[in-house]
Amino acid sequence: MAPKIGVYICHCGSNIAGIVDCSKVSDFARALPNVAVARDYKYMCSDPGQNLIKDDIKKLGLNRVVVASCSPRMHEPTFRRACQDAGLNQYLFEMANIREQCSWVHTDKEMATEKAKALVAAAVKRVALHEPLETKEVSMNANTLVIGGGVAGIQAALEIADSGHKVYLLEKDASIGGHMAMFDKTFPTLDCAACILTPKMTTVGQHRNIELLANSEITELSGYVGNFKAKIKKKARYIDMVKCTGCGRCSELCPTSIPNEFDCGLGKRKAIYIPSPYAVPNKAIIDAKNCRHLKGKAEGKADVCRLCQKGIPNRNQPGCEAEAIDFNQQDEIVEIEIGNIIVATGFQQFDPTKIYQLGYGRLNNVFTGLEFERLTNASGPTNGKVLLKDGSEPKAVAILHCIGSRDTNYHKYCSRVCCMYSLKFAHLLREKLPDTAVYQLYIDMRCAGSGYEEFYERLQEEGVNFIRGKAGEVTDLTETPEEKGKLVVMVEDTLVRRKRRLPVDMVILSCALEPRPDTEQLARILTLSRKADGFLLEKHPKLDPVATTTDGIYIVGACQSPKDIPDTVAQASAAAARVLALISKGKVEIEAAIAYIDEDKCAGCKICIDMCPYKAISFDEVKKVCRVNEALCKGCGTCVAACPAGAIKGRHFTTEEIMAEIEGVMA
Amino acid sequence: MTHYPYYPGCGLSPEGFGRAFDWSIKGVNAVLGLDFREIPDWNCCGTVPYDTLHEEASFAVCARNLALAEKMGGDLVAPCSSCYVFLSRTNQYLAQYPKVKKSVDEALAAGGLEYHGKVKVRKVLDVYVNDVGNDVIASKVKRNLDGLKVACYYGCQEVRPIFGKDHPENPKYMDKLVKALGAEPVNFPFKSACCGGSLIISEEDASLDLIKKLLDSAVSNGAEVMVTGCPLCQLNVDAYQSVVNRKYKTNYHLPVLFFTQLMGVAFGLDEKELGLKTSIVPAKKALAKFI
Repeated sequence: MAPKIGVYICHCGSNIAGIVDCSKVSDFARALPNVAVARDYKYMCSDPGQNLIKDDIKKLGLNRVVVASCSPRMHEPTFRRACQDAGLNQYLFEMANIREQCSWVHTDKEMATEKAKALVAAAVKRVALHEPLETKEVSMNANTLVIGGGVAGIQAALEIADSGHKVYLLEKDASIGGHMAMFDKTFPTLDCAACILTPKMTTVGQHRNIELLANSEITELSGYVGNFKAKIKKKARYIDMVKCTGCGRCSELCPTSIPNEFDCGLGKRKAIYIPSPYAVPNKAIIDAKNCRHLKGKAEGKADVCRLCQKGIPNRNQPGCEAEAIDFNQQDEIVEIEIGNIIVATGFQQFDPTKIYQLGYGRLNNVFTGLEFERLTNASGPTNGKVLLKDGSEPKAVAILHCIGSRDTNYHKYCSRVCCMYSLKFAHLLREKLPDTAVYQLYIDMRCAGSGYEEFYERLQEEGVNFIRGKAGEVTDLTETPEEKGKLVVMVEDTLVRRKRRLPVDMVILSCALEPRPDTEQLARILTLSRKADGFLLEKHPKLDPVATTTDGIYIVGACQSPKDIPDTVAQASAAAARVLALISKGKVEIEAAIAYIDEDKCAGCKICIDMCPYKAISFDEVKKVCRVNEALCKGCGTCVAACPAGAIKGRHFTTEEIMAEIEGVMA
Repeated sequence: MTHYPYYPGCGLSPEGFGRAFDWSIKGVNAVLGLDFREIPDWNCCGTVPYDTLHEEASFAVCARNLALAEKMGGDLVAPCSSCYVFLSRTNQYLAQYPKVKKSVDEALAAGGLEYHGKVKVRKVLDVYVNDVGNDVIASKVKRNLDGLKVACYYGCQEVRPIFGKDHPENPKYMDKLVKALGAEPVNFPFKSACCGGSLIISEEDASLDLIKKLLDSAVSNGAEVMVTGCPLCQLNVDAYQSVVNRKYKTNYHLPVLFFTQLMGVAFGLDEKELGLKTSIVPAKKALAKFI
């Protein structure tokens, strides 16, 4: 059947029409071979715009359609659907991008119009060669993998599990809870973080639809939306999870004391320990790097220590009575099958030792925000008392904002939560130590959020000193008797335009939130992209904020950008809803634009098998030819280019179609 | 022999207040086998007074030196911190701002010159520590400066803002070099603080306060001598020491030398060749054991 093409030029309001003369482009298109009709319209994606296409297909008997408008990423599905509604196979459609690749990036109207014409000519030439293709559906695996057991992962896991579907919750550490479990209070409502989080943590631990994979990491992912296969490394815990009762006797017996990560190193823990008072799972774990027995074993020494297992019989202290300690445990790789993945791996705190002049790590009593969280926490190393390193109470505290954030030397972005948590710290200090002076050294106060500005106002009334200026230096080199024995914070008070020296006892650095160091590795495993600042990239910052460019993989919380708890939880719920929608649909459509091997031409050289990044090609030992798995093929075209016999055709991207497109643009 | 285009600038010229820096660099280079070749017909680097009055013209003036250095090939060595910062900044502006580059190119073309942005500007300390290496330097030591307590004063420009490789707030290159000579670098928290620079002329009180802090910190940490790689730092702390003493009723006698002079002493070079007597606070007593 001879091609009968309809061409539609979109004005996109003034987005395109402001630069490109759309009526000239449609006049041009009308004169092209095979074009039966060409129109331009204000908004092609609107209902009337789509109806133009549908009516023309029906009345004029169009068998090909070209729309020149925005990026296909934006509206290709819209127009494909319109074609299909009018009875035309969706693959008989082609889109020319005259917005992102033309009107938005050019200023010369005449040249832009010429370019738009060339792009339309290319699409018209190409679409004439399009063939109708059929998409296929495969079933959707209803299991979901949630990576990261912080508040984001917990929320997403619970929502999906509550609907009756299975969730694997993966956590690299020994317990879930993430950063939120380390906090004392949450802003601006001053809810106790543990009180609102621990019930959710225990529910996760007990939920019959959640399989908690703590102390585990993902190492490999294959497959596609609906049918992923993941390899999970369950790191050796040296504890039998079934037998361990979480009694903690082993920790009491352990002779090795080391800084406790959960207390940011301010407190101590043993080499065999339960990560926190509200750990889920509430089981012990052995830190192989510090355990005397395991270290000895690695050096070839037989039977060092083992006090946790043996106990101290002559003092009548028995070892683990549940016999849960297993020094022979090894890392284990398990493979799971899932349909969707939610990534909720969170952030890490910026390391302020990089900013030498602030004295962190050098001067006593300079703390990070997370360290202060532990200091004020009733379960922390000081039982919630705010104390200096010498055990006394501070008489003056300075809270320094924007450490590592809004700083071209480190991170350009604003970490969003620091203003608010700094205010929270100030409140807790005023509450616990009413006679202590509290200074906030800020660049701008950013308190956007429900109840946030009100909290700021409340703190001003609570007698906190706000100084507008970024601290330049913290030093113990004092100049006056009043400064003696104190830390001096140097700052330019930009409201009174004066340099100030603030003598204080304690300095808290409100450090930036930054991407976790393993983000790059995770992005590689999951084929995700990252933004310039290192955080994971969402599909669309406004309209598709939790999806990624890989179908079936969602990103939520602070792995995407710095976020507070309300936003993190909202995203987690959003991703859960997206996953549940796919599960309830039960099927997933597979792209028809994939590779096809002509078995008559295939010589069975297997070059394509090694080239395929999706492991989608296999070898038929009987016929001695290669074969494409339609469900795995992504249509990338690597094999098409690689095949020495020219036996592989990329459907919808055939050599003829691409050459026609090039001819069209050159003509 | 490795050669580098060399830009002494006004401070290290034969009449300059930092001429001893130039002399001692030459002496030390002969020992280390380095060849610094003075750029023929160099001119002012375009710094402080000039760039505040007419920035673009000062970039053009500065770029002339870069263009001449580019013809010679190799990294350009600028001993004076101020020259170093201004030459580096010109490089950066030319790469970053096409408008600046255009006007500078025009000015250079009028003089029959062109500059392609290929010159890397470096400090003497950087070349010694990174190109020669402290091991080699230590191997050339003839008189070990054992026991000499030294305050290494970098000043504000040696390692700032971002041109060099050392840490801008806690630099260590000079400390390591001094250690290689057998001397002992003392703890000196003000090592990258400001000496007041040219403000000693217009804001004397503020500058004297800064100089006093430097002296106080160095002396209270036991320093017998201060070394620096900046002619202006050397001048301020050395020449204004008596003024500080008068104003604050203190009694500082801290010799302030160029680190290259100290290297020369350790290498056994002649006292006169190093210009040890060009400074105001005499270094003789502190260095008596080694000369």
